Amino acid sequence: MSLYQPIPEPKDELPSPKRSTGLLSWFSSVDHKQIAIMYMLLALFFFIIGGLEAMVIRIQLSMPQSGFVTPQTYSQIFTMHGTTMIFLVLMPSLIGLGTYFVPMMIGANEMAFPRLNAFSFWITCLGGFVLYFSFFAGNAPNAGWFNYAPLSEKPYTANIGIDYYVIGLSITGIGSIGAALNFITTVLTRRAKQMKLNMLPLFVWMVLVNSFLILGAFPLLNSGLFMLLIDRQLDAHFFVPSTGGSALVWQHIFWSFGHPEVYILILPAWGVISEVIPVFSRKPIFGYAFVAVSSIAIGLLSFGVWMHHMFAIGMSNTVNAFFGASSLLIGVPTGVKVINWIATMYKGSIRFTVAMLFCLLFLINFTIGGLSGISFALVPVDWQLTDSYYVVAHLHYVFLGGTAFAVFAGVYYWFPKMTGRFLSEKLGKWHVWLFVTGFNMTFLVQHLLGIFGMPRRVYTYMDDLPYGFLLNGISSAGAVLMFIAVAIFLWNLYISYKKGKKAGPDPWNAWTLEWATTSPPTLQNFKELPPIHSRRPLWDLKHPENQDKRLN
Amino acid sequence: MKDKGKLLALLFIGSEAFFFLTLLMTYIYFRRDTLIHDSVAPHLNVKRAAFLTICLVTSSVTFMLSKKSLFKNKIRRFKIGMFITMLLAAIFLLGQGKEYYDLYKKQITISRDIFGSNFFTLTGFHGLHVFLGLTCISLLFAFSFSKFKIVTKAGINGVEVYWHFVDGVWLFIFFYVYITPLL
Repeated sequence: MSLYQPIPEPKDELPSPKRSTGLLSWFSSVDHKQIAIMYMLLALFFFIIGGLEAMVIRIQLSMPQSGFVTPQTYSQIFTMHGTTMIFLVLMPSLIGLGTYFVPMMIGANEMAFPRLNAFSFWITCLGGFVLYFSFFAGNAPNAGWFNYAPLSEKPYTANIGIDYYVIGLSITGIGSIGAALNFITTVLTRRAKQMKLNMLPLFVWMVLVNSFLILGAFPLLNSGLFMLLIDRQLDAHFFVPSTGGSALVWQHIFWSFGHPEVYILILPAWGVISEVIPVFSRKPIFGYAFVAVSSIAIGLLSFGVWMHHMFAIGMSNTVNAFFGASSLLIGVPTGVKVINWIATMYKGSIRFTVAMLFCLLFLINFTIGGLSGISFALVPVDWQLTDSYYVVAHLHYVFLGGTAFAVFAGVYYWFPKMTGRFLSEKLGKWHVWLFVTGFNMTFLVQHLLGIFGMPRRVYTYMDDLPYGFLLNGISSAGAVLMFIAVAIFLWNLYISYKKGKKAGPDPWNAWTLEWATTSPPTLQNFKELPPIHSRRPLWDLKHPENQDKRLN
Repeated sequence: MKDKGKLLALLFIGSEAFFFLTLLMTYIYFRRDTLIHDSVAPHLNVKRAAFLTICLVTSSVTFMLSKKSLFKNKIRRFKIGMFITMLLAAIFLLGQGKEYYDLYKKQITISRDIFGSNFFTLTGFHGLHVFLGLTCISLLFAFSFSKFKIVTKAGINGVEVYWHFVDGVWLFIFFYVYITPLL
């Protein structure tokens, strides 16, 4: 008798919010839509916490020599703010959007490995709570989000926080790797029969490239974290210079993870933008192949630029020149994308919905962030500005003005699909304009602060910084505006979920497959799929007389 | 590719490769770029390590053979092949344990110097992977006896890819840790 028998799978439907409303149906769910919503809620939860931490930082810095929190608390707060926002807000929100929409966009009913999907979510969740448990265990991590050795080593930081950082991050890293494995197998094995790779929606392309980046980058972080843990717990010497280790090795390992991570955080965001802009401009994306291929180029290049985080450590001119040049080079495919998005809007009939507004503001703010990033690729400029508030301004322009704006755009765009109701456009416009005003107030002036010489991560500053009080005051006031905007956003989510305007299956008149089913989708996403012959199957369906070019 | 289990395993070991790459690069970095005297290398037992290497490579071959016989539905040969594979993996782990014990008797530990830190971390993580692989192989072996025969093609392909990977990583470690100090 053959050993091959299929593993017995339950034939009946998996639990869904439609069938049972109990909490257990969520805890035990392997449905990709439920898991995705849990990812989004996790991100939202930590977004609130990270936002409150940001408020503490801005209150502390709003005036010179303020004593709102102690220096010890301040170190913990800014460390946790960075770590939270990157690993527990941006990553889960992007993975959440991917988990919901990648299977739907490729015409699949489920991820390739539903149980792995659930595992990835819960382990990410666990990692987040381990990280935050450090507050109750006595001390949160306090060595910055990149946790430079030897500051993070026992002789300098004897408290328990760093250990929680190491364990929490390696756990969430494992979750991200699981999600990435699942995305790649899903895209490669679960596509609808007619859908070839050159017909994938761009969001799926970006998530696919992104998943490869995750698979390359997160093991690097994990090995570094394990070494640090071995250092701290078993008295090894990897990153302790006094006994033969090297602090630079930590920086190399961390940034060879950390720079790809930056692209991990922006690629799916670009995917969202590439979905939303065409729909609200009523034009197909300009230069599909360029957008897809430039992502691959960025993915490959991103592993060759990490040392631009380390120009100030005193490497040779050759090394500096190489990494400076490669960092400049990565601006090229990025610029290609920006041009593609603008060209997509050119002569389109643009609908200024909130999702579209977030995309437009993304384009502006992200471009500012990209340009200030280019200035760090120039070695002498980097020497001048490194570890100043200029860096803080730059990274917030790409992470908040870039990724977070795209996530907001995605939420406004896809909320009708997820819940069957529109988010309120009126509240949404308050959200978008308050947020973008506050955002630019907060971070635009930080470029100046950095140039004037305010170092980052400092607890407080003296009165003698040029315009220090004024600029920091503007910055803090902007943070308050953002705080109000996010409160409006939360209220919008709540009230629209309860009694928002009902949305049909395809409220935006969009083109990709996720709109071919009901809103919210049933447990089995699709009963039947429309014919797929081009990149815009729903367009072909609605305009039989004017179909796109057949690609299969 | 249709076999999603094999694809998953390939991608997974791809990411594992980056993990070991980092450990190995760190090892090489400290061997070349630090002034700490190389105190562990003279104590390494290269002959034993070579024997263990042969064991591990052979176990990869026996795994392949036993998988082939499974596909031809020769269950008995499959079981024997799996058993030999398990045995060889166990010999490897025991040999590594003996190595650690010998070093420990000479007071060479993870906390003694940077070489010790590197050596034990690198080989320790590899040993952990061998152990996990051995566990998976034992499960495949055990399933072949049970009434409830749930060895799937995807499963066995995945374990095979993983096992070859563990084997391949060891070849690198063997070369860089044991052979290069002799060159």
